[in-house]
Amino acid sequence: MSVAPAKTITYREAMREAIREAMQADERVFLMGEDVGAYGGCFGVSKGLLDEFGPDRIRDTPLSESAFVGAGIGAAMGGMRPIVEVMTVNFCLLALDQIMNNAATITHMSGGQFAIPLVIRMTTGAGRQVAAQHSHSLEGWLAHIPGLKLLAPATLADARGMLAPALADPNPVLIFEHGSLYNVEGELAADAGPVDLERAAIRRSGSDVTLIAYGGTLSAALAAAEEFASTGIEAEVIDLRVLRPLDNRTIIDSVVRTHRAVVVDEGWRSGSLAAEISARIMEQAFYELDAPVARVCSAEVPMPYPRHLEQAALPQSGQVVDEVRRMIGVRPDE
Amino acid sequence: MTGSASVTREHGLELLRQMLRVRRFEERCVELYSATKIRGFMHLYIGEEAVAVGAMQALEPDDAIVATYREHGHALVRGVSAGSIMAEMYGKLEGCARGRGGSMHLFDAATRFYGGNAIVGGGLALAVGLALADKLQGHRRVTACFFGDGAVAEGEFHECMNLAALWNLPVLFLCENNRYAMGTAIERYESETDLALKAASYEMTAWSADGMDVLAVEEAACRAAAEVRDGDRPCFVELRTYRFRAHSMYDPDLYRSKEEIERWKEHDPIPALSERLRDAGLLDDADVEELEQSISHEIEDAIAFAEAGTLEPVEELERFVYFEGVAP
Repeated sequence: MSVAPAKTITYREAMREAIREAMQADERVFLMGEDVGAYGGCFGVSKGLLDEFGPDRIRDTPLSESAFVGAGIGAAMGGMRPIVEVMTVNFCLLALDQIMNNAATITHMSGGQFAIPLVIRMTTGAGRQVAAQHSHSLEGWLAHIPGLKLLAPATLADARGMLAPALADPNPVLIFEHGSLYNVEGELAADAGPVDLERAAIRRSGSDVTLIAYGGTLSAALAAAEEFASTGIEAEVIDLRVLRPLDNRTIIDSVVRTHRAVVVDEGWRSGSLAAEISARIMEQAFYELDAPVARVCSAEVPMPYPRHLEQAALPQSGQVVDEVRRMIGVRPDE
Repeated sequence: MTGSASVTREHGLELLRQMLRVRRFEERCVELYSATKIRGFMHLYIGEEAVAVGAMQALEPDDAIVATYREHGHALVRGVSAGSIMAEMYGKLEGCARGRGGSMHLFDAATRFYGGNAIVGGGLALAVGLALADKLQGHRRVTACFFGDGAVAEGEFHECMNLAALWNLPVLFLCENNRYAMGTAIERYESETDLALKAASYEMTAWSADGMDVLAVEEAACRAAAEVRDGDRPCFVELRTYRFRAHSMYDPDLYRSKEEIERWKEHDPIPALSERLRDAGLLDDADVEELEQSISHEIEDAIAFAEAGTLEPVEELERFVYFEGVAP
C-alpha cells in the first residue's frame, strides 16, 4: 500500500506530471506537436514544459500532421522515444496514412526487424460545443488496426500512470484523452506511478448487470450504477482502459456473473467498439445471457453545435438506466 | 557522358559491376515472374540503375536509407544479399523480411535499410524522423531518402521539405525523376516541372543532375551528402532518369510511345559507362566477360537459395504484428 499522502490534482496536471517524469527519466523522450511549446498545449497539458526542457525536447511543429506523426515513427525507429501530440482525433485523420501504413505495419512488414516505440496522444470526444470537426470519438476506427495499441485513461491514476508503460512498449501506442476530463480534479497519491496496460478495471462491483464503458463514458456508467444502488439493482462497471488489445477475460467473467451487459460508447453505433464487444459477448457468453446485450452509443449524426442537440446525440446516464430497467423488466414507475 | 570526375579502373569497374548486377538480377526477376515464382506487384528499375549505384557511393555504412517500392537495386547495391532479396520475392522465410514484405517491402536492419515503402511519399516523413533521431542523439549520420517524381505532388512532400529545412535535419533527398507518375507524364500532373525549384523554395540547397550518367550522379550525391553531413542540413538532388520497362508487371505501357523509349535507351547508363571506360583504356572484353560471369553466378546462387528456402509455418501467421522483445 502506498503511504505517500494524497494530493489534489487535475487530469491535465496528472498527464503533465507523467510527461515531465518520463522526460526526466529518459533523455530519448521528447514531445512534439502543434502548439505544445510556446502555447503550452492546446489543452494546457504541456504548459511550462518548454521552459523546463527547452525547444529540442518540447518541439512546436508546423500544421503538418502527416509529416510530424511520420517523423515520430522515424525517430522511434532511430532510437528515440517520441511522444507526439495530435490536437484532436479528427486531426489525426490527416496522419492516418502514417499511423496505418507505417506505424502499424512496418514491424510486421519487415519480418519483426523494427520496433516502433512511439506514443501518440490525442484529445477525443464531444461535450464542449465544438461541432462536427472537433468532437468525434474515432477510437473504434483506430482499434480496428492490428499493430496498434490503444489506451483510454478515464481516471487520474491512469492519466498519471499510463504514459510510462506506453513509452516502454516497443509498439506504437495511441492514448485518447477525453476533452471533458482535463478539468476533473481529485485525490491522487503523491507517489502514484505506472499502471498495467493489460487489464480492464472493475470500477464498481455488482451482480445484476455489467456496464462496460471507457474514457468519457465511464462517468455516465458510474452515475447510472449509483442511481440503481438505492433500488436494489447492483451494477458492475467495467472501465475498458485498453481498447486494443481488448481484455476479453474481464468482460466475459463479469457477464458470466451478472448475465446482462450494456456497452456505453461515445462512438457511433454502426461498426463501433460497442459492436465488437457485443459480438464477443455473444460469441463467448451467449448461454450465460438473460437478455440481449444493449448498446448506448452516440446518435449517428455529425456532432451538432447547439448544446441541447449535442447532449441529445451523446450517451447519457439516463439512457443507460433505461436500458438496464428494460433488461431487468423493471418499469420506469416501479 | 557528362560526369566530369575522372575515374580509376577499379572504381569504374565497380560502378559497372553494380549497375550490371541490378540489371541482370531484374531481368531474371522478369523470367521468374512469368514462371509464377514471384507474384504480387513487381516494379523494375531497369534504365534507372545509375541513380541507386551513383547515389550509394556517397553513403557510409551507418547512414540510413529509405526507399520506394521500386527498390531491388537500392537494396542490392546497399549490400543486402541477392539471396535474401530473391528469397523475399519468393515469400520464403530466408527473405530479408522473412517473406512478409515481398518485392515492394525489402527491409534490412543490418544495413540500415528502412524499406521498401509502397505509399508514394510515405517514406519521406520516416526519413525526416530518422534524421531527427540522429540530430538529437548527436550522431553525424545521413539519412538518404529516395522517392519518385510522383511523390512531389503529394502534400506529404511539401510538409517534409518544410520540416527538414525548418529543423536543419540531415536528410539527403534523392528524387528519382523518371518523368512518369505510374502512367501519367510529369507535364500532365505538375504545374511546375522543375522539381529542384520546388525544394529550393523551402530554403534548401537543391539542384538537378543527369540520372543516366552514374558518374554525374555520384558527383552530385557526394557533394550533397557532404553538405548534409558537414552542414547539418537537408539537401535535395533531382536525378533525371527514365525507366525502360513498364511501371509494373501489370502495366501494358500504353501512355508513351515506343520512339520515346528508344530515344531514352540511347542513354542507357550501362553501355554509356562501358564505352567511357573502354575509350579510356580501362575496360576490355575480358573484363566484361568476367563481370557477367561473376554476376550470373551470384544471381543463380540467389535463385537456388530462394528455391531451397522454406515457407514460414502457417502457425506463425500472427507473429510480428507486435514487436517481439524490447525495443533497442
